[in-house]
Amino acid sequence: MTGFYIHWPFCAAKCPYCDFNVHLRENIDQQQMLDTYIKEMEYVFARYKTPVSSVFFGGGTPSLMSPQTVGAIIDKIQALWGFKNDIEITLEANPNSSEAQKFADFKQAGINRVSIGVQSFNNERLKFLGRIHDGDAALKAVSSAAEIFDKFSFDLIYATPKQSLDEWKTELKQALQFAKGHMSLYQLTIEKGTKFYLSEARGDFVMPDEDTGADFYEVTQEIMSASGMPAYEVSNYAANEDHQSAHNLNYWRYGDYIGIGPGAHGRLTVNGNKIATRVHRAPDIWQQRIAEQGHAYEQWESLNDETQTHEKLMMGLRLVEGMKLPETIARTKIDTLCDEGFLLKDGELVKPTRKGLACHNAVVGYLLGGSNIHAAA
Amino acid sequence: MSETKPINLIRNFAIIAHIDHGKSTLADRLIQSCGGLEAREMKEQVLDNMELERERGITIKAQTVRLSYTAKDGQTYQFNLMDTPGHVDFAYEVSRSLASCEGSLLVVDATQGVEAQTLANVYQAIDNGHEIIPVINKIDLPSADVERVKLQIEDVIGIDASDAVPVSGKSGINIDQLLEAIATRLPPPKGDASATTKALLVDSWYDSYLGVVILVRVIDGYLKKGQKIRFMGAATTREIDRVGIFTPKHVIVDVLGPGEMGFITASIKDIQDTKVGDTITDERNPCAEPLSGFKPSVPMVFCSLFPADSSEFEKLRESLGKLKLNDASLHYEAESSQALGMGFRCGFLGLLHMEIIQERLDREFDLDLIPTAPSVVYKVYTTNGESKELYNPVDMPDASRLEKIEEPWIKATIMTPDEYLGGLLQLCQERRGEQINLTYVGSRAMLEYLLPLNEVVFDFYDRLKSISRGYASFDYQLAEYREGNLVKMDVLVNQEPVDALAMVVHRSQAERRGRQLCERLKELIPRQMFKIAIQAAIGGKIIAREDIGALRKDVTAKCYGGDITRKRKLLDKQKEGKKKMRQYGNVDIPQSAFIAALRMGDEN
Repeated sequence: MTGFYIHWPFCAAKCPYCDFNVHLRENIDQQQMLDTYIKEMEYVFARYKTPVSSVFFGGGTPSLMSPQTVGAIIDKIQALWGFKNDIEITLEANPNSSEAQKFADFKQAGINRVSIGVQSFNNERLKFLGRIHDGDAALKAVSSAAEIFDKFSFDLIYATPKQSLDEWKTELKQALQFAKGHMSLYQLTIEKGTKFYLSEARGDFVMPDEDTGADFYEVTQEIMSASGMPAYEVSNYAANEDHQSAHNLNYWRYGDYIGIGPGAHGRLTVNGNKIATRVHRAPDIWQQRIAEQGHAYEQWESLNDETQTHEKLMMGLRLVEGMKLPETIARTKIDTLCDEGFLLKDGELVKPTRKGLACHNAVVGYLLGGSNIHAAA
Repeated sequence: MSETKPINLIRNFAIIAHIDHGKSTLADRLIQSCGGLEAREMKEQVLDNMELERERGITIKAQTVRLSYTAKDGQTYQFNLMDTPGHVDFAYEVSRSLASCEGSLLVVDATQGVEAQTLANVYQAIDNGHEIIPVINKIDLPSADVERVKLQIEDVIGIDASDAVPVSGKSGINIDQLLEAIATRLPPPKGDASATTKALLVDSWYDSYLGVVILVRVIDGYLKKGQKIRFMGAATTREIDRVGIFTPKHVIVDVLGPGEMGFITASIKDIQDTKVGDTITDERNPCAEPLSGFKPSVPMVFCSLFPADSSEFEKLRESLGKLKLNDASLHYEAESSQALGMGFRCGFLGLLHMEIIQERLDREFDLDLIPTAPSVVYKVYTTNGESKELYNPVDMPDASRLEKIEEPWIKATIMTPDEYLGGLLQLCQERRGEQINLTYVGSRAMLEYLLPLNEVVFDFYDRLKSISRGYASFDYQLAEYREGNLVKMDVLVNQEPVDALAMVVHRSQAERRGRQLCERLKELIPRQMFKIAIQAAIGGKIIAREDIGALRKDVTAKCYGGDITRKRKLLDKQKEGKKKMRQYGNVDIPQSAFIAALRMGDEN
């Protein structure tokens, strides 16, 4: 399977929690962007020709793209790599009215799934999160998506400062009424280099501690399971396999993916080697380099076996479906984690338990040879 | 300089002062006034060579400077100034310095008054038969109270302060008056130029260019280049290859005569070959009797030092060796700990000495160290009639084999403004102290206590400073060994004893200390995948317990295609961080936890 990721690096505003490669621009030359993407695709195609199994427009705010730009990119992917008719083509969207109005046009252009960055339906929380939409706009965007697309998802952020467990339960249950098969629920994480990072360091707010975070996570898992949308990944929930995000599943299963656009990453299997690719972050330099040399790759290098194992494990154990663990992982370690209730064996597969999902870093760290583990006496 | 000074024109003197009372600044001023250094060569505290000395404002090594002063009587005098350490830990160095002088300047801060350490040193000077000139420093400060300080000197020390010299080292006020007082009021040394060579080995240190440099005070006769000399105590013979003085710059001279101070070198590579207090005499014409010498320094405080990075054990060994070149009082021997790997058990003169060595290892040798809790030397008597000195709690014999344990007690002198007296009395009581004396001088109290040293090495000094807001001063000397109800307290992490955290405590303090240590470790050890029990135990009996709950959540909320590389690197970094942890039994304990737990103070 090969995913195709297009990074649109522009946003109307920068959210205080976001550490993605995002740039604010007044005027964006859509044609110039498109030309650059197309040239970049031609460069990659000359080196990697496996047909594409999913497409994802991420960002940034790709709903700021013109539907024509989106359509032209999809057409180009089809022309170069080719894909099946039932391919999943997702676009990330903000729930602003102007963007929601474009949903039908996006569908026309070939988009068949949208993922909406709702984050919250509560105006106060939206304000804290620095979002420029309000709860009404979010509702409208979600209902418009529900009318237009067979599949759509929206994101919520929880465990924000001062949010109580009960408040979250209520918010989540309300939000579930608008869901159609898929939701992404993220615990607020403070990343370095964000506005929130400074605010927290300054003491403007206090983040919930580990125990509170764990309580939120457990409650979320329970509500989602009870509502018929159980987790299939750490933060992703779906009503059934059909609604799961095919594109993201491919990341977690450590399949190949092409990444184009400023700052995009990729993993490509070429002549049996797994190649890691990374495009230059700055939109201007990206454009300039592609115009001059056909590509703007900062990295294009094979990963050694150890690194691949590392990445495969790190991604695969985020999935409830589990994975077949590489032979290099000591069986005794797997058995210990099973005994301790972090993992479950299911035939050839090893699956994380709910506890194993929550303690994912420790589990992966242990399997890859870090920490020790033992039962309490 | 081929002539030696007539002995009646020589004045050898030391400066006695409490930390911060301006001793080094005053010494700078004397050097400058006598032309020892041009103004452009003066940096602050020229005698404090070590970076650490200058930074902390303390003197660690004794120094000597020869100054030339033309007095009002028209005669040019040779002054030999010994700059001595002020801190109690270096009392041994002080005693050496004092033994090579005939007089002392007692420097007291006009705003602070007499402090405990000053007292101990001035009595030592008096014991050495010194003539003492009281000098009241910092008189230019608005809060200076010269008359009160004079009274205090008379009351507390019992010497006449009526003609004390009021000065300001910083502003240079009355420095001429002080120089004149040194010339007229201090006695010249005694010595016989025609007698055979007899000199005192005052100190020695290693210089990378000169080899071992020996600081000497000539009593009788002369020391010159090419002379064959004999170290009477060490029973070795050498040939002098350099004779010199400090001005404070190194200056080579032809000869050192009776009463003079200076240095010699004699192609000696190892400082261990020079015994401080030894008598140097002429090989061909030796003197009959050696000088009485000094008693050797004895380490009072012990702790173990482990390299944070276990691969740096050899580097630590080399670094300790280099420090020992210049510090004969530092003792160390290799030690192995289950928790912390290979390291050294080190003996120090006192707490400041310990702190200074640790800081020098960090700064000068760039070593990241894990020090264990300081401990003292116990005398352990076993049921089979044997006795031994216990330097490390880990070596404590099993309780069933113990007859008794003796611990060192000290006599402490504390001087404090009386508003802090209550708190300090309480502190001394808590630490099993026995009051000997309490006297007042004006609004200052002088408190004398007998205290077990093991209660003092822990954090007594920090507590004393915090209770008194830094105003109390403290000095101590070893008093006696006494039997005590002492037990070894183990710390167990998931039932396994952590040797580096074991300590000897008095039974009455055990529960409190055990509880504190467990609580502290609970804060310091990060949650792991399983529950951790931390216990303090005496023998098999648990006296305190804290549990660290299992990790509940550490997963990153988002991880998609663009996050893989970064998250993988984060994980690698965590793995790297794990290397900085010590795996104990089945628990990863960060080094910072050891360090913080061992530095733990009373927080009640």
